Amino acid sequence: MTTPDPVTDPVIKVEDLHAYYGKSHVLNGVSLEVGRAEVVGLLGRNGVGKSTTLKSVMGLVHARQGAVLFEGKPVTGVPAHKLARSGIAYVPEDRRIFRLLTVMENLRTGLDRAGMTESRRRELLDKVYELFPVLAERRKQHGGTLSGGEQQMLAIARAMMLEPKIVLLDEPTEGLMPRMVAQIARIIDILHREGVAILLVEQNVALTLECSRRVYFMEKGEVRHHAVAAELDANAAVVHQYLGI
Amino acid sequence: MIRRDRRLFWIGFAVILALLAAAPLVLPPFWRHFVTEVLIWGLLAMSSDILIGYTGLISFGHSAFFGLGVYGAAAALLLVAPPNLFLAIALGLVAAALVAGFVAYFSTRLRDIYFAITTLIFSQIFYVVIFTWTSVTGGENGLTFTRPGLGIPGLYVVRFTPVTMHWFVLAVVAVSYLILRRITRSPFGMVLQSIRENESRTRAIGYHVEHYKMVAVMLSGLFAGLAGVLYALQNEFAAADFVFFLVSGETVIYNVMGGIGTLAGPLVGAAFFLLLREALSRYFTEYYLIPLGIIFIAMVIFMPQGLLGFARRWLNR
Amino acid sequence: MTIPWDLIVIQTVNGVVTGMILALVASGLTLIFGIMDVVNFAHGELFMLGAYLGVLVLASTGSFWLALIIASLVVALLGAALQIVTLRPLIGRDPLTTILATFGISLVLQNYALWQFGPISRKIAEPVSGQFRLFYLEYPWYRLVIAAASAAIIGAFWLFLKYGRYGIWIRATTQDRVMAQAMGIPVPWVYTGVFAIGSAMAAASGVLFGPLVGVEPYMGLAWVLKAFIVVVVGGMGNFGGSIVAAIFVSLLEAYASIWVSPSQAIIVSFVALILTLLFRPTGLFGSAVR
Repeated sequence: MTTPDPVTDPVIKVEDLHAYYGKSHVLNGVSLEVGRAEVVGLLGRNGVGKSTTLKSVMGLVHARQGAVLFEGKPVTGVPAHKLARSGIAYVPEDRRIFRLLTVMENLRTGLDRAGMTESRRRELLDKVYELFPVLAERRKQHGGTLSGGEQQMLAIARAMMLEPKIVLLDEPTEGLMPRMVAQIARIIDILHREGVAILLVEQNVALTLECSRRVYFMEKGEVRHHAVAAELDANAAVVHQYLGI
Repeated sequence: MIRRDRRLFWIGFAVILALLAAAPLVLPPFWRHFVTEVLIWGLLAMSSDILIGYTGLISFGHSAFFGLGVYGAAAALLLVAPPNLFLAIALGLVAAALVAGFVAYFSTRLRDIYFAITTLIFSQIFYVVIFTWTSVTGGENGLTFTRPGLGIPGLYVVRFTPVTMHWFVLAVVAVSYLILRRITRSPFGMVLQSIRENESRTRAIGYHVEHYKMVAVMLSGLFAGLAGVLYALQNEFAAADFVFFLVSGETVIYNVMGGIGTLAGPLVGAAFFLLLREALSRYFTEYYLIPLGIIFIAMVIFMPQGLLGFARRWLNR
Repeated sequence: MTIPWDLIVIQTVNGVVTGMILALVASGLTLIFGIMDVVNFAHGELFMLGAYLGVLVLASTGSFWLALIIASLVVALLGAALQIVTLRPLIGRDPLTTILATFGISLVLQNYALWQFGPISRKIAEPVSGQFRLFYLEYPWYRLVIAAASAAIIGAFWLFLKYGRYGIWIRATTQDRVMAQAMGIPVPWVYTGVFAIGSAMAAASGVLFGPLVGVEPYMGLAWVLKAFIVVVVGGMGNFGGSIVAAIFVSLLEAYASIWVSPSQAIIVSFVALILTLLFRPTGLFGSAVR
């Protein structure tokens, strides 16, 4: 198995990141990188720190030590709302769409940025409605009335409103029917073709290996293994080792 | 508690007690009166610390407990002749306890922030009642009465001098401090602190949180009422002003300035506040609360552990 | 006993008038509490400063409406400044510290007003003169005008919240502060903005209420107390609830003053509070989904 080459000019580079929840040392020196328009997977058992890594990159969890670099510039400690405006989008586990806002209003929250003209907003909205016709249909409905799959689509569409350079996707297929899982793969592919990088945290190994170019395996708050996705399949020894399937 | 710490505590306590006892003998009358007042407000602040520092409930209702203690004592001294010290104390405590029970019943149903608001509202309810019921309470003008003598009525009674009054107050405050200290270290006190740290977990373990809170409020109210009785005895005057919410507010300030959860801290805080008030009123006259308020806000932001907490940290370095 | 229908109608009108102004004060409080989890003890003082500014502007320009606008804007800025200096450092700490900080602010503002303006109360002249007949009374028009102005301000704010661009920011922040940030909404500034809006509402009520009572440094105390009662009765954090509760409580007091003196009529609101706490501790419209 080959170790992947280092990425030139990565969008996101995480260096030796340490983070705590109270006294619990959750991230123990995580290092990884994501290249431009690259889909990278982050795999591991529950509780190893995958979500926390995403949250730390997004500035939602305080990093005690280490650094996060966005397009080469250090952004550790920068507040989340500034990162969102600079081009990092976050789609959390359990979606967390604004339940009491309509679909349209949910999308709008990402559209009030510097330099946005009304025509650009219309363009983005139209694009997303085309990609997700279901959302167009339900645009005046409150987010809380959507089904699980529709909420996931809304969460991703909402992130796209930020015109991000990278999307941090946390377990998008969780709780979704198999039919929706294929939808998610399709959406990831669309994003990839648009030139958006994706850092994908998933429990669904097959999906991750299919969509990603490289994968990292985490255990106990650290990245333990790094591989090219094409060289692995769901039965690989490495997968068993780090996911205990 | 380690034996050495125990000994240090008692030595410290004895030294401070001696100093305070000697104070009226060496200080001029104004400052003598000042020290006695500091002790009384200090007791009020200590009573409030049970709620703020140990149970995690900010109460703005202490003016009601204090005020009712004052009026209770006043009632005893005005209605029963010859004026009886023990009756005054008893009536003051009973009045305060009743009010505390009433407030406790309603406010403990609600958590933190709502508790503060409802205690505020209730203390103002009592203020309005006392203020408007002029026939009984003297309304704005208040009531004056004479101080009873110390001793057993009928057998042996001796009048209080300013010095012996001070010693009496000191004795009551010192004993109250020791009692409260004992309570905070008891299993009951531990449960209160557990409620402060994590109320839902304490409830999950099986403690009936509302009951503990109610007892805490009543305990706090009782000692606040005792402070009120002492005030009545010291000043021979009762007025609606003492039930006004500003008294509650100042009590909270003593607590924060001195250090919440330390029991002795609030007393230090009261002394600090009253000294600052003396000093600042020389320059700012009656507007001393402007700089004092700013100092208070700054302490909330930068020195939340209060003077005592700050001193402790500094000593540990 | 004959039912004094005419008195009841008059008191209904009075109750609604006071209720609308109280609603404006209370909704500012509810807004700040509902969105920032801050109990603003200084709200009454912002109300009071608004009234004083109203007096000053009215004296120099002669226009009541200009006084209303300027007082609201100035106090909004003051509120924003206070929030940035004293409340931002406290974000993330025990929410009880904000009660202490705002309490400190209220003391400073009260005494500042006492120092600058003195204890003698001042009057704000009525914006509109003239009366109409209400039974045997000559009922002044300006009272209705004031009530209408309060309603208009509340309505305008509600529209802003629902349809305005920054209204979405506020609603999103209320529902999920973390995801609002992840969507690029500058949450610390949303908080400052909300505090400024709440302060402006308090100041506006102060100016509107000016013609009805005297303006003096301690006027905030009585009103903040009533506002808190209204907020608890209406359900903390429930915007619509506090408006209904304000009118309800004011009506009760107005009716009570038919038979007892006004200073005793306030006991009625206390009773309303106690009953609410006994039977519906979360407020009449409580367990609000904001």
